[in-house]
Amino acid sequence: MLDLIKKFTAAFSVTGEETALRSVIEKEAAIYADGISTDPMGNLIVYKKGENSGKKLMIAAHMDEIGFVVTYIEDNGFIRVSNLGGINSISSSYHTVRFNNGTPGVLVFDSGTKPEDIKANKLFVDIGARSAKEAGKKIKIGDTCALTPVFQKLMNNRFTAKAFDDRIGCAVALDSLRNAKKTKYDTYYVFTVQEEVGCRGSKTASFSIMPDYAVALDVTTAGDVPGEKNQPVSLGKGAAIKIKDNSVICSKVIVDRLTALAEKHKIKYQYEILTAGGTDTSSMQLAGAGCDAGCISIPTRYIHTPMETIDFSDVKACSSLLTALTEEGME
Amino acid sequence: MIKTIERYCACISPSGSEDEIREQIIGDIKNHATSWEVDETGNLTVFKKGAKASGLKILFSAHMDEIGFMIKYISDEGYLYFDLIGGIDRRVVAGRRVVIGGNRITGVIASKAIHLQKPDEKGICVPISEMYIDIGCTDKESASGCVSVGDIAVFKPNFEHFGDGLIKSKAIDDRFGCAVLVELIKRELPYDTYFAFVTCEEVGTDGAKQVGYRLKPDIAVVFESTTAGDIADAPKSRYACSLRSGPVLSHMDGGTIYDKALLQYIKNVAEENNIEYQIKNVIAGGNDSSAYQKSGIGTRVAVISAPTRYIHSANNVVAETDLESIRELASALLERGFINA
Repeated sequence: MLDLIKKFTAAFSVTGEETALRSVIEKEAAIYADGISTDPMGNLIVYKKGENSGKKLMIAAHMDEIGFVVTYIEDNGFIRVSNLGGINSISSSYHTVRFNNGTPGVLVFDSGTKPEDIKANKLFVDIGARSAKEAGKKIKIGDTCALTPVFQKLMNNRFTAKAFDDRIGCAVALDSLRNAKKTKYDTYYVFTVQEEVGCRGSKTASFSIMPDYAVALDVTTAGDVPGEKNQPVSLGKGAAIKIKDNSVICSKVIVDRLTALAEKHKIKYQYEILTAGGTDTSSMQLAGAGCDAGCISIPTRYIHTPMETIDFSDVKACSSLLTALTEEGME
Repeated sequence: MIKTIERYCACISPSGSEDEIREQIIGDIKNHATSWEVDETGNLTVFKKGAKASGLKILFSAHMDEIGFMIKYISDEGYLYFDLIGGIDRRVVAGRRVVIGGNRITGVIASKAIHLQKPDEKGICVPISEMYIDIGCTDKESASGCVSVGDIAVFKPNFEHFGDGLIKSKAIDDRFGCAVLVELIKRELPYDTYFAFVTCEEVGTDGAKQVGYRLKPDIAVVFESTTAGDIADAPKSRYACSLRSGPVLSHMDGGTIYDKALLQYIKNVAEENNIEYQIKNVIAGGNDSSAYQKSGIGTRVAVISAPTRYIHSANNVVAETDLESIRELASALLERGFINA
């Protein structure tokens, strides 16, 4: 699975501009799928026929990551940006960025800005241009940029990278698709767009699929770091089964089923309650007349910064748990 | 078209009370539309058969509602306490004339004269909950004779031409959009096209949610007002857009990331027709596109906006040339029919 994680974290895929990553995933998924389509918003829907076609299971992992969009080019060639999604302006600044067309730059803030005033409207990108005209040859308003990919192995099979949120979820979905010997239900692995600006892509995808059961794959905050309090999830303690986040209260049948499967297959797991932030779980639960929805979360430290950090054993546990669900279904 | 805008701007139709503007529009289109209907929540949808079908379901949309006020309490003195319908900066409210309800009662939003203000009240804008409308009545009984709790009010109609080709009025957001669509419906069109005049945009794009679900368009183009920041004290990087620089096209705003291929298509059509356009450079605001994009299995969306100064006040200011260019661009798009967009 590490091969997928490396490939996915390296691809460009800022909210609203997910085409490049979509092609990478499509290529990887093609030989395992019974059908692949892209919908009007750009969600990639990978279909796998089940033993029992009476029920539908939808799996969702989002392709987009937080980033920046160009709003204005100053006369002296500096590029003003606005945030795409809930980005931490302090942790992103003084970092290199890459635009959708490959142009590199550095993200910095107005000189003299007090730390508490560092917001997206104080940020600008220096691409080395000497004038607006020169910058305009490479960059135009509406172009997007993301932090330059980083992928670094740490001790204990732990890794740090930008955009593990949610490339790691995409990798878990694809790894599980590769490993599943069969699927109990007609299963739709959906790689969604625009999650970071309000779960927009998953709304239309779940409307077209109308699943009976749904599971999202996304990162969750690991609280085992200095300064965090009352946050039960830890790195290395297994797949996190979501109870709730700010957007959803997970269906009890899914929480119970994931717990039972983890116990049965001796997969390490822990329960998760995220007190800030939402996931695609909510859109799937509310699609049409509604469905049973839950989420398998990958414990992650330093979310929405350039150094999101995970433990590979947790990632494998998430993939095994998902495979158990797709193979064995709800009963 | 400007005469039509003036007539539409005079309607008293805040969100949830769009009857008056809708009747005006129906009167204008009924002899030109192939068919039209009004749905349960007041949206007017119009179908215009073209010379041929393009295979695509194209929807052009504008909202009928405007921001306004709702009367929530009548005091013993006969003053009307109110709340806002839609987003209004309370600093633009005090001292304004308003028109209330079906009886078109004129009122003034009260503000304490500077002579009576205590030192700590000077320069402070009181919250909406402390403002009231004075309709000149002597007490609660006489006020209740012409106004009821739940009645709506809007800024008093005040359409004027001024300056170098500018117009100002309340509710140009989005009556100009309605007028552009009506102009198109009156013409012979090359391709089948749907038009929607929706309700309740200003309180959360509620009407468009239903129209999107019902019509299931392939492409929706929204005609809107967007805030022009070419005003005193604003740095150029915060202008968003400027008057007299043509239709505003958007990559993204607070509610939507727009379809990139569709945006490029619109730019191409504008360039081929020598229509000057501008790109919005502030990521803020939202419009019915967000509702259309997420309805059903999803819709490809674009917005074409009129640069508008002092939006959501009693004096929206727009340039006539910008409105003409928007009509030209809309017309050029329908000529091409979004083939291969």
